[in-house]
Amino acid sequence: MALRFDHLSLALRGRPVLRDVSGVIRPACVTVILGANGAGKSTLLSCLAALRTPDSGAVTLDDEPVIGIAPMERARRIGLLPQQGDIHWDVNVRALVALGRLPHHGRWGRGPADEAAIDEAMEQTDCARFAARKAQRLSGGEQARVLLARVLAGKPDWVLADEPLANLDPAHQLDAISCFRAAATAGAGVVLVLHDLTQAARIADYLIVMKEGGIIASGASVDVLTPEVLQLAYGVRVHIGQDDTGAPVIAPIARI
Amino acid sequence: MTSNGGTLSAAKLNAALSAALIAVMLVSLMAGRAWVPFDHWLSGDLQSLIVMELRLPRACVGVIVGASLGMAGAAMQGYLRNPLADPGLFGVSSSAALGAVVSLYFGFAVSAWLLPIFALIGAGLGMMALALLAGRSGSMILFTLSGVILSSLTGALTSLLISLAPTPFASSEIVNWLMGALMDRSWDDVRIALPVSVAGMAALLWAARSLDALTLGEAAARTLGVNMVQLQWLMVIGVGLTVGSSVAVAGIIGFVGLIVPHLVRPLVGHQPSALLIPSALAGALLVVLADCVVRILPSTSEVRLGIAMASLGTPFFMMLMFQMRREVA
Repeated sequence: MALRFDHLSLALRGRPVLRDVSGVIRPACVTVILGANGAGKSTLLSCLAALRTPDSGAVTLDDEPVIGIAPMERARRIGLLPQQGDIHWDVNVRALVALGRLPHHGRWGRGPADEAAIDEAMEQTDCARFAARKAQRLSGGEQARVLLARVLAGKPDWVLADEPLANLDPAHQLDAISCFRAAATAGAGVVLVLHDLTQAARIADYLIVMKEGGIIASGASVDVLTPEVLQLAYGVRVHIGQDDTGAPVIAPIARI
Repeated sequence: MTSNGGTLSAAKLNAALSAALIAVMLVSLMAGRAWVPFDHWLSGDLQSLIVMELRLPRACVGVIVGASLGMAGAAMQGYLRNPLADPGLFGVSSSAALGAVVSLYFGFAVSAWLLPIFALIGAGLGMMALALLAGRSGSMILFTLSGVILSSLTGALTSLLISLAPTPFASSEIVNWLMGALMDRSWDDVRIALPVSVAGMAALLWAARSLDALTLGEAAARTLGVNMVQLQWLMVIGVGLTVGSSVAVAGIIGFVGLIVPHLVRPLVGHQPSALLIPSALAGALLVVLADCVVRILPSTSEVRLGIAMASLGTPFFMMLMFQMRREVA
């Protein structure tokens, strides 16, 4: 089982956004995509989720092109947490999380398995205590957790998340990280677009570093998160240290 | 477990709205220039004829029109994720009106069937034009723009026909018809509008789940299995058939599609799918009630329902706006 992308190229409005990128996303494993703003990370993620069709190349899930999978079937297998977390109506939190079960239940209602998955996802993301509140009136970070719960409620085999930590306080960043880790331990293939290098180093089983639409490095974090690669990717000098447990701490120091 | 967006109370709400609708329909059968009490309805005399051949079909047309507009409005607002969207926005009602105006212009309105059939043809052509203009992208902006283009074009053509009308009588007949009314409706109108409207509502109900998913925005909805192109077709067909059938038998009646979903939304936990059926019931309730009022009002000739609705609707809308202003402040 694997989610593969082979020789993807894509131009948007004449500007190349992906240039011949290839790679494999494995199940039971957290893959982190790093790169500067505009490097093509989100576009790659939307190709993986079949939201965009590349100009050339293909994304395949177990050797089947994702574009060809029926939308509902694909929705059960691949979950995406988009970067901008839209919440359009004044619905309550539980109703919003329940949307994650749409691909699973019939047209006219949810079953006990759906309700259990919703409750479980809300517990995992620490949302259960505001289940009855209106989602639009929560803080940005609380909304981010609710939207994460929405994705997890669908129990997809592949969890794709675009900057899932962006609005979270440090405690809830750690909680979110452990949610993704738990999903991977349960067998899901998790793909995260992150900007926090320390968090990336700690959660990633596999890293992909992008620059200007191409992949400049990929592999385990010890091999990829080196001053040279990060300098090339972001144009910054970094300090790489260790905390008490020996886990890496990576901080950007200066532009080059 | 906490309530999940009001689905539990949905059954109760629908039951209450249905009961209110039946009550208002019974009143509408009694009320009018001549008051016909309940025990005369089946007596076989002139009064029972008024009830069975005039008031009952009229009330049924009111239900069809109100339910169509209410549900179409709720679906449109969900689809566009905009609480101010109105079924008239897609241009289907104005193209249906153009069809009807064509039949009036050529004096075809002599047969009870011709005008509504022309209106339905107009609505159908409008739906086709909408689909052609918007293309197969499933893009909501293109779709809305196409609707705006279509409604201004058909509006202009309608004005052209009014200005070119062969006799002042024809042009006043057109203007009068455009204002919308339920007077002199017969069972023929029910026979024309009912199947078309039911088909349209079925299409809208089929789209309910996709409308819910759109709460999370277009990208997330697509990853939840929503096919945006299919959804666009469901909306064209659903809104086209419901609004087309209602214009065909009642002319243009505004505000119902805008206000009814607004009122019902908080009662169903703001969920777009839960809004569809209660909006249909509440729309029917509002139209039948308003039609009762225009019939009872002491005036030399009956006030047109479309005008009454707009004059009832405007202060109401202002009230809503003041309330929104307080919330914003």
